[in-house]
Amino acid sequence: MSTPEHALEPALELDCRTMLCPMPVIELAKHLADVEVGQTIAVVATDAAARVDVPAWCRMRGQEFVGADTATDGAARYLVRRLS
Amino acid sequence: MDYVRQVSTDLDSASSMPLHPAARESYLAALERGYADPRRLHGSARDARLLLDNAREATAQALGVRPDEVSFTATGTEAVHRGLLGLAHRGLRDGLPIAHTAVEHSAVLHAARWAGTPLSVPVDTHGRVILSDLPSTAGVVAVQSANHEVGTIQPVEAASEQTGAPLFTDACASMGRLPLPDGWSAAAGSAHKWGGPAGVGILLVRKGSRWRNPFPDDDRVDVRTAGFENVPAILAAAASLQAVVAERDEVNVRHRELIDVIRARVAAEVTDVEVVGDPVDRLPHLVTFSCLYLDGEALVHELDRRGFGVASGSSCTSSTLTPSHVLEAMGVLTHGNVRLSLQRDASRQQVDAFCDALPDVIAGLRSRVGL
Repeated sequence: MSTPEHALEPALELDCRTMLCPMPVIELAKHLADVEVGQTIAVVATDAAARVDVPAWCRMRGQEFVGADTATDGAARYLVRRLS
Repeated sequence: MDYVRQVSTDLDSASSMPLHPAARESYLAALERGYADPRRLHGSARDARLLLDNAREATAQALGVRPDEVSFTATGTEAVHRGLLGLAHRGLRDGLPIAHTAVEHSAVLHAARWAGTPLSVPVDTHGRVILSDLPSTAGVVAVQSANHEVGTIQPVEAASEQTGAPLFTDACASMGRLPLPDGWSAAAGSAHKWGGPAGVGILLVRKGSRWRNPFPDDDRVDVRTAGFENVPAILAAAASLQAVVAERDEVNVRHRELIDVIRARVAAEVTDVEVVGDPVDRLPHLVTFSCLYLDGEALVHELDRRGFGVASGSSCTSSTLTPSHVLEAMGVLTHGNVRLSLQRDASRQQVDAFCDALPDVIAGLRSRVGL
């Protein structure tokens, strides 16, 4: 993907490390409005379901799943761009 | 033993079904007449052997296979293990892996991992195997007849044409309800999923296929299996299978219409829900959907409290705390998942009652998490 580096730096990062499914997705939904349209919000989650459920949430809610990387401690981080 | 059980609607036939009424009489009669060792030569033993042979004949006829292709195992899982590993035997010796669709039942996955490092073949968003991704060579390729969680029918015959490897078909989700597909060398079924008793599995091995017993031999009636035959349960399984096959055209039409009602009402009346699996080319009696922001376990408990028994593939309901590998492979929402599967006598009234209760149940649970 040819997304510029700065676009991947999220405006807000949610620490959902200790949460079980579906809490990371609930946090994402609750905090989406905290970023501007076009900005990126990140969810850091250790629960295995987030890998599937964050992209599924984006598809169902009309938001853009940008991709996944890892936080400094190695936990999975999912990046979502707010479209509406 | 007395216990009080609230009146509830069991919408979980894919997990298990009550004994078909047509099988009750043969079951009771066989408990009297079929207790003896079918391997012995005296009168009671010959009675048991006769019942066993009759059950094999009836099962073969109901499934459209030869009687000598039918073996009775202790469970569907055992039939899966024997079918898969018996076909894989030669390939594993030559270093070829077991390949399976990513959405096979865990019985297939566990057997494949037990034997080596398997190759998982991806599926599309309906859960249907991507034929072009099937390996041309493998010890065995496992392609289920239909998916047990989302109901999607798999292209078994096309898969067998695509690969040069022997094909194993786990037919547990569809056996009795739908005709067997073509193309398999070995297949498996489970009696309690069609209204037979628990404790009877069906192993089918095509005549001429290179199947070999993967486990220790036993000196029983059937060289493909081991252990003392449960003749009464086997006879009841065969009787219920015959009955299910005889009535399936009528039942399937009714179930298909009821599932269409659920699919349409859930999609229309619940917000943030995803109904998954192929909407048309599917098992007639089963539907799965996932609801955003819901804990699958809480959903199952709340529906149970309202009198509806359902299953869920969400991780919080599994012993491993991992989400359903089926939903994961499809890339669909794994939390807030509910699987409904209709019992034989399911009615429009039951389905409407479920659909009437659902939006309130979901709204209640979402309000608890502030959404």
